[in-house]
Amino acid sequence: MRGRTVIAGVGHTAYGKHPGRDRVSLIVEAVRNALGDAGIEKDRVDGVLVKMANSEPSFLYGQRVAEALGIRPRLGCSLDQGGAANIALIAYAAMAIEAGMCEVAVVCYGDTPRTASRAVYHRPRGDEAIYGWYSVAAGYAMIHQAYRHAHKVRDQGFGAVAVACRGNGARNPNAQLRKPLTMDDYLASPWVVEPLRRDDCCLVSDGAAAVILTSAKLAKELGLRAAVPILGLGQGQESWDVQYRPDLTSTMARSSAETAFRMAGLGPRDINVAQIYDCFTIAVLMTLEDYGFCKPGQAGDFAAAGGIAAGGRLPLNTSGGLLSETGTPGLQLVIEGVRQMRGSATLQVAGAKHCVVSNQGGSMQTHATLILGAPA
Amino acid sequence: MSDLPRPQIDDRSRPYWEGLAAGRLLFQHCRACGRNWLPARDACPSCLSPDAEWRPASGNGRIVSWVVYHVAYHDAFKDRLPYDVTLVELDEGPRLLTNIVDSRGGKALSVDARVRLAVQTEGDIALARFTLAGDAAR
Repeated sequence: MRGRTVIAGVGHTAYGKHPGRDRVSLIVEAVRNALGDAGIEKDRVDGVLVKMANSEPSFLYGQRVAEALGIRPRLGCSLDQGGAANIALIAYAAMAIEAGMCEVAVVCYGDTPRTASRAVYHRPRGDEAIYGWYSVAAGYAMIHQAYRHAHKVRDQGFGAVAVACRGNGARNPNAQLRKPLTMDDYLASPWVVEPLRRDDCCLVSDGAAAVILTSAKLAKELGLRAAVPILGLGQGQESWDVQYRPDLTSTMARSSAETAFRMAGLGPRDINVAQIYDCFTIAVLMTLEDYGFCKPGQAGDFAAAGGIAAGGRLPLNTSGGLLSETGTPGLQLVIEGVRQMRGSATLQVAGAKHCVVSNQGGSMQTHATLILGAPA
Repeated sequence: MSDLPRPQIDDRSRPYWEGLAAGRLLFQHCRACGRNWLPARDACPSCLSPDAEWRPASGNGRIVSWVVYHVAYHDAFKDRLPYDVTLVELDEGPRLLTNIVDSRGGKALSVDARVRLAVQTEGDIALARFTLAGDAAR
C-alpha cells in the first residue's frame, strides 16, 4: 500500500459558529473547496465516505450527503468510530482505490454542535448516570487521574500541551480560538471535571472538512503536483469503556501505530512533525507514548521541555489542533499534515518529510493512524 | 430532589438491582472459565459461555481512579457539587463506578485506597456506594 494512494486535495469551511447552517450544506462547501484544491472535476468522484455526525447519528447519512453532492458513487458509506472515523475512512477509501472498487474518493465530515446542540458531549452515560456519571470530559478525567498518579506527572506536563497548541492556533488566521495561553493561565484555569481544567478540553465547533483521495498513478496522469502520498495506515480498538478497561494508561493506539509504521517502513525517529488528536491534553501525552515517541510516563516532561514546540524534536499540532484551531473531530489534523508535506503550512516545519496524524474516538475506545510523505 | 436519571432495569440486570435492594452487591461468575464481571451480560466476555451465575461480593475493594465534578450536567447534581465519581475494583475482580460517601469532595481519595460497600438508597433505587476503609478512613 505504501505510497500507492495520495491525498490530492483538501478543503474546509470556516471554523467556529455557523448559525442556521445545515451540516450537510457545510459538507458540500468543504467538498467544493477540496475539489478545487485538487483540480479534479466532481464527475470523477466515485467514492463518498462520510463520518457520522457526532451530534445527530442517522440512517443512510452517507447517501444523504452523496445526494447533496449530486454524486451516485460506486462506493459509499457513513461510519461511526467517534473521532477515529475520519482516518479510518481514509484507510477504507485507500483500500477500495487499491482494489479497483473506486477511483476518486471523497472523505468528509461536518457538524454544528456549537450553534445547534452540544448535548452529546454532556450526555448521561448509561446506568451509572444515577451516580452522576455524565459527559465526555469525565471519561478523559478518569484516565488523566490514573495516568498522573501512575507516572507522577506534574500538571505542567499536561499544561505544556495546551500552551503549545494554543500558541500555534494564535498564529493560524483560520483558528477558532486565537488567544495564546501561558502556563500560569493554564494552572489558574477552572476545574471542569477535576483533574481536567477548562484548558485541558478542546473546543466545540461548527464546521466541515473534506479530503480527496486517488491513486498515485492517476494523480500523476492528471498532473496533480500537490498530491501527498499516504505511506502508512493503522487502526486499533480498545473497545472496553473506561470503567471496564484493564489498563487506563495505554491503549490500542500502540497497535494502530505499529501497523502504520510497518506499512510505511518507518519508525518514530523518521517523523518530523505530528498532528495528534488533542480532544483533551491527556490524549496527546498517551498517544506520544503509545506511538513510541516517549517512554511510558515521560511525555509530560518531553512536552514541558519544549519537545513538541516549534523548533523542538517533534513540532505538534502546528495549526492549533482541537484545542485551538477547531474542535471538529479530526480531518483538520489530516489537512494540516497535508499542508506540512506540501510545504505550505503557516507554521511550516522546514524540510519535513514525514508527518504522523492520529485520530481517536469515544473515551479512547477507537484509534486510527495516518503517515504522510512529501510529494515526489 | 430533582429527578435523578434512572438505570434501565431489565430481566438481565434485575438480579443486580434486587440484590442491592436487599443490601448485597452481586456480580456475575462464569461457570465455564471462572471469570467474574459487571455489569450484567448474557454471555461471558472471556469465553462467551452463557452459563453464568450471580455471586455475592465481599464488599471490599480498592480505588482505581476518580474524578470530581465542578459542573453539574443535570440539575439533580447541582446541590452536590463538588462531588466524586470513583472507579472501584472489587477484590473479586469486577470494576464499577460509584461514589465514596466520605470522599470530602474528592480530597480524601487516593489510588489503591481500600474501600468497603455502603449501600444507600436514592428514592426507590438502592445504590452500591462505598466508604473508605482501613488506613484510608483514618
